[in-house]
Amino acid sequence: MANVILKNFTKKFKDVTAVDNVNLEIKDKEFAVLVGPSGCGKTTTLRAIAGLEEVTSGEIYIGDRLVNDVQPKDRDIAMVFQNYALYPHMDVYNNMAFGLKLRKFPKKEIDQRVQEAAEILGIENLLDRKPKQLSGGQRQRVAVGRAIVRKPKVFLFDEPLSNLDAKLRVAMRAEISKLHRRLEATIIYVTHDQVEAMTMANRIFIMNDGRLQQSGSPLEVYKKPANKFVAGFIGSPAMNFIDSKIIKENGDYFIDAESFKVKLPQSFYSKISAYEGKEVIFGVRPEDIHDKKFFSEASPSNTLKVKVDVIEPLGAEVFIYLACGKHSLIGKMDTRTQVEVEQNMEVVVDMEKTHIFDPKTLLTIV
Amino acid sequence: MRTKKITPWLYITPAAFLLFFFLVYPSINTVYISFFNYNSEKFVGIKNYLYCFSNEIMLNSFRNNTLWVVLFVPLTVSLGLIIAVLVDRVKYESIVKSIIFMPMAISFVGAGVIWKFVYAYRPASAAQTGILNALRSFFQLEPLPWLIIRPWLNNFCLIIVGVWIWTGFCMVILSASYKGIPRELLEAARVDGATEFKIFWKIILPLMKPTIAVVATTMTINVLKVFDIVYVMTNGNFNTEVIANRMYKEMFIFRNYGRASAIAVILLVLIIPMIIINIQRFREQEAIR
Repeated sequence: MANVILKNFTKKFKDVTAVDNVNLEIKDKEFAVLVGPSGCGKTTTLRAIAGLEEVTSGEIYIGDRLVNDVQPKDRDIAMVFQNYALYPHMDVYNNMAFGLKLRKFPKKEIDQRVQEAAEILGIENLLDRKPKQLSGGQRQRVAVGRAIVRKPKVFLFDEPLSNLDAKLRVAMRAEISKLHRRLEATIIYVTHDQVEAMTMANRIFIMNDGRLQQSGSPLEVYKKPANKFVAGFIGSPAMNFIDSKIIKENGDYFIDAESFKVKLPQSFYSKISAYEGKEVIFGVRPEDIHDKKFFSEASPSNTLKVKVDVIEPLGAEVFIYLACGKHSLIGKMDTRTQVEVEQNMEVVVDMEKTHIFDPKTLLTIV
Repeated sequence: MRTKKITPWLYITPAAFLLFFFLVYPSINTVYISFFNYNSEKFVGIKNYLYCFSNEIMLNSFRNNTLWVVLFVPLTVSLGLIIAVLVDRVKYESIVKSIIFMPMAISFVGAGVIWKFVYAYRPASAAQTGILNALRSFFQLEPLPWLIIRPWLNNFCLIIVGVWIWTGFCMVILSASYKGIPRELLEAARVDGATEFKIFWKIILPLMKPTIAVVATTMTINVLKVFDIVYVMTNGNFNTEVIANRMYKEMFIFRNYGRASAIAVILLVLIIPMIIINIQRFREQEAIR
């Protein structure tokens, strides 16, 4: 097992910079998820760790060994590809045994390892099938099996669940998490799905435009996003952003968005005093907007008068699209909320959980 | 509206009509004629076939055609394959491919003429106009009459011409098939620990097998029918005769319709297995789809 370190890693394709000066350290036995929108450089980073892309500049270490010029086969890694990349002419057994055969393992050990992996993944009865005869979920398992028989130092997963249907994805998510605990291996997992990232990771690395935006535990990046991008990317539905101004009245600070005015909590004051009278971006997560009837801490200074635009009932919760003057907001509310489209309602913002961003640097102020 | 039973037949009638009169009927007629004498007047039984399998030149042709199959097919297919895989890593891939494919654009007769110059021979005292002999004399070696030294060198020289023409064709088809292999598979193999050599043998080659089989059978059919190169360069002299050239001679020079037809029938019978293999492959692929 090993840790993985990237130092000032940059990757350029001709003139296009895919990954720009990324520094990250993935600890031994950690489940690290690289997440970001398409084209953010996460897959390129993973492929560079695998040795499938050359490093333009910077250093990559796997287990304290500099691997910039080491062939993929000598890096002691295994990779699960997005489209599984199973060898179509080999049956499941040979797909899994291929890497071991190349490394000249004795037949008995190959047998044993393949059986063991097949048992873990519940594919013992598929060993003589060809990939073509398998369903998407089964192929996925074989691809994972091919990685685990090798018992490598580091597992690399490149969006492995993106081709599965929603239900299977949830199931496989849990299985991969379980597998991680069982194997006690370092896993680097790439996905564009923030739900996957949040549910599986020990540590999330959020990337955008080829740059690392923030790293931390799932709750850390959720609660304390480093900038507006992270705040908007993590969480579903995405955070509401409202262009507004910070004003000071009678010693208290307010967010003034023209169509509404809310009072900021005292804990914010030290950080926002410098922004008095200046433009900022006010961020509220949908889950922090509540129906006034079901929220105890309602007061005139945190209540908005809004009109209901769209209602999306999901059973356990309800998404309500709200219009507040020129602004539109999404609220994730209690299912007891009884409103109709076009109706006026009052909602309360849980001000302690709101965020404020600098509109120029887009960095988090609070 | 329900489709009447006759409708599908109406659709295939024109094609069936053309096929029958221009393919089926001539084939049957050729078989028929092959049992008659030179002007198709007297029934001679299998005499023409006995001739084919006893006459020295005919036996020579069979031997030469076998030589063509044994050398030409593996050479074109393997060279085509190697170039297809290697050229994929070259920066100027399309230019390289165009150059290698170019002989295909030259008529076979033209190619024969070009290579006659390559193999041209003049006595040692004269200036050598053929490039091979020019090279030999440059290195102080005796010029060689390439197309006359029998039976191996001259046949080999002719086969080289065929390979020169057809390698490009094999390369283009095999290259398309190679490019159809998902890059992820090769990357997966690389991560799995395979060297480039192993990837070629264990992944690329097995995945290209169906295409290789099609190209190989096509080349075999090609070579069984080989005519133009031999006709232009040696006209079958100096033990370079091949079946198709013999057929041509019997038909248009000796005017022996019976023998020519018998040779045509033998050629057809030799080619049939190749066609069956191709059709089977095609069906298998259809079944997978």
